Amino acid sequence: MNLTDLNKLINSELTTKIKNTNIENNELSIDVKVENLYQVILFLKTDEKCKFKQLIDIVAADYPDEEYRFEICYLFLSHENNLRIKIIINFNLDEKIPSITKLYPSANWMEREVFDMYGIKFKNHPDLRRILTDYGFDGHPLRKDFPLTGFNEVRYSEKDKKVIYEKVKLEQDYRKFDFDSPWEGTKYIDEIKNKGKQDG
Amino acid sequence: MAKEKKTMNLNFGPQHPAAHGVLRLILELDGELVEKVDPHIGLLHRGTEKLIEHKTYAQALPYFDRLDYVAPMNQEHAFALATEKLLDIQIPIRAQYLRVIFCEIGRILSHLLNITTQALDVGALTPSLWGFEERETLMTFYERASGSRLHANYFRTGGVHQDVPNNLLVDIGKFCETFPKIIDDLENLLTDNRIFKQRNVQIGIVTKEEALAHSFSGVMLRGSGVAWDLRKSQPYECYKDLDFKVPVGKNGDCYDRYLCRVEEMRESVKIIKQCLKKIPTGPIKTVDGKISPPTRDQLKESMEALIHHFKLFTEGYRVPEGKVYTAVEAPKGEFGVYLISDGSSKPYRCKIRAPGFSHLQAMDYLLKGHMLADVPAVLGSLDIVFGEVDR
Repeated sequence: MNLTDLNKLINSELTTKIKNTNIENNELSIDVKVENLYQVILFLKTDEKCKFKQLIDIVAADYPDEEYRFEICYLFLSHENNLRIKIIINFNLDEKIPSITKLYPSANWMEREVFDMYGIKFKNHPDLRRILTDYGFDGHPLRKDFPLTGFNEVRYSEKDKKVIYEKVKLEQDYRKFDFDSPWEGTKYIDEIKNKGKQDG
Repeated sequence: MAKEKKTMNLNFGPQHPAAHGVLRLILELDGELVEKVDPHIGLLHRGTEKLIEHKTYAQALPYFDRLDYVAPMNQEHAFALATEKLLDIQIPIRAQYLRVIFCEIGRILSHLLNITTQALDVGALTPSLWGFEERETLMTFYERASGSRLHANYFRTGGVHQDVPNNLLVDIGKFCETFPKIIDDLENLLTDNRIFKQRNVQIGIVTKEEALAHSFSGVMLRGSGVAWDLRKSQPYECYKDLDFKVPVGKNGDCYDRYLCRVEEMRESVKIIKQCLKKIPTGPIKTVDGKISPPTRDQLKESMEALIHHFKLFTEGYRVPEGKVYTAVEAPKGEFGVYLISDGSSKPYRCKIRAPGFSHLQAMDYLLKGHMLADVPAVLGSLDIVFGEVDR
């Protein structure tokens, strides 16, 4: 089975449950509505032909200006078929995402990380705590509106004889230069390639 | 009256020599039996993913050295491959071979550290002394190629930074001749060692199904009998032209994982030897001037080169819009980079998939019912480096 076969299989088996599929950069991704997510993943895991038995990672991304602010991408791997697949959902913060820890135990920490970094909540997660940030941390650092420098800094205070938290004080502003220019970038590569195709 | 069950909570780490860095484990013990493990991670969290969103692609690369700092170039490789996939460029053959040579050196570096420190955790001091000597030699190779022992920053999008100096490949060849003898010596100390076996055989057993369900990869998966290696199954660079075996374990315990690592070091030596034989001469990075900067000589004579140099090191190269996932077989398992580009010269989002993250997560499953003294043994065989777990 290759990617196109898999694409066909998924399109015929899950027609009503998926929004659309596409193959880009030799990777198959499937857009799914949040309410169908669990069933789609269940199908991918248990179906005799798919056998996506391993969850590789859960990746969230923040798009503050889009209609749906958050996007989560589930990466799966099937060892039997040697195939990878991406399941993508788009949603807003008021929605709760079904946890897939029952299907894949390793989703536990991955969902905790998404919760920690983006504040996205998962339904039926056994233990939704922060994971990477400090004890008592406030905010969700990977959101685009969270500043790179953060809000608080930590130091040992000789006076109080303990570690204390303070507001971030910068001696110099964070240096963010505007380097963008109308420089052509890498677009011309496509032009050369297309030319080559036309000539050949 | 029914006997009341009493459990004790024990705080292991974050500063503990057997914690391999800054791991804090909250252990729930019934006598000496472990009932529950709750690892607290994030004590080495440096916000790598956030920082990368604010850097150009070239500036983001060095952050990957600082993830799994015992095998830096393997990490760089994943990021370089991801950007190359988005840019849709092929890299020259010589660069591919150089990358493979240094990735395999990284594998040996990592496995040497893991095997010897695992031995240290269960009570043997000598292997680490012998192993570190070899690591030093290997890091000298890193230094001669990149100028730095650890944080190499040697790979570039489109190839490697510069060609290796004369004699370096010859010296690596010489090392490949002597190193198998060192592996034999280490094996003499450990493989049939009664104490080492008592501490590792039948400890931390993982079945095939559980290894898949817990997202294990690399040696953790192969030790349980799944013949899966990305270098074989989804080959990148020139791995498909190289002849090597994938050692697979049988029982999925700590001892099998140790054996797998030893065999992988031997295979790595074989790979390096083949590369040294096959490596052609030629360019070491893509000749596309919009991605790789001009040479020093060109800078002094050509205005065009100067402009390109300036733009490449300020704005950086722009990467076409898209989302890609690339993975490499790092020493610890599948190391992946999920890259979202919005078409600018900075990544919109860069998610790093560290193998150690899933491995450490399984601590609770692995240690339930084991003795307290098995905690460091299992932890050692998971091959955890906190740089990549915490990111």
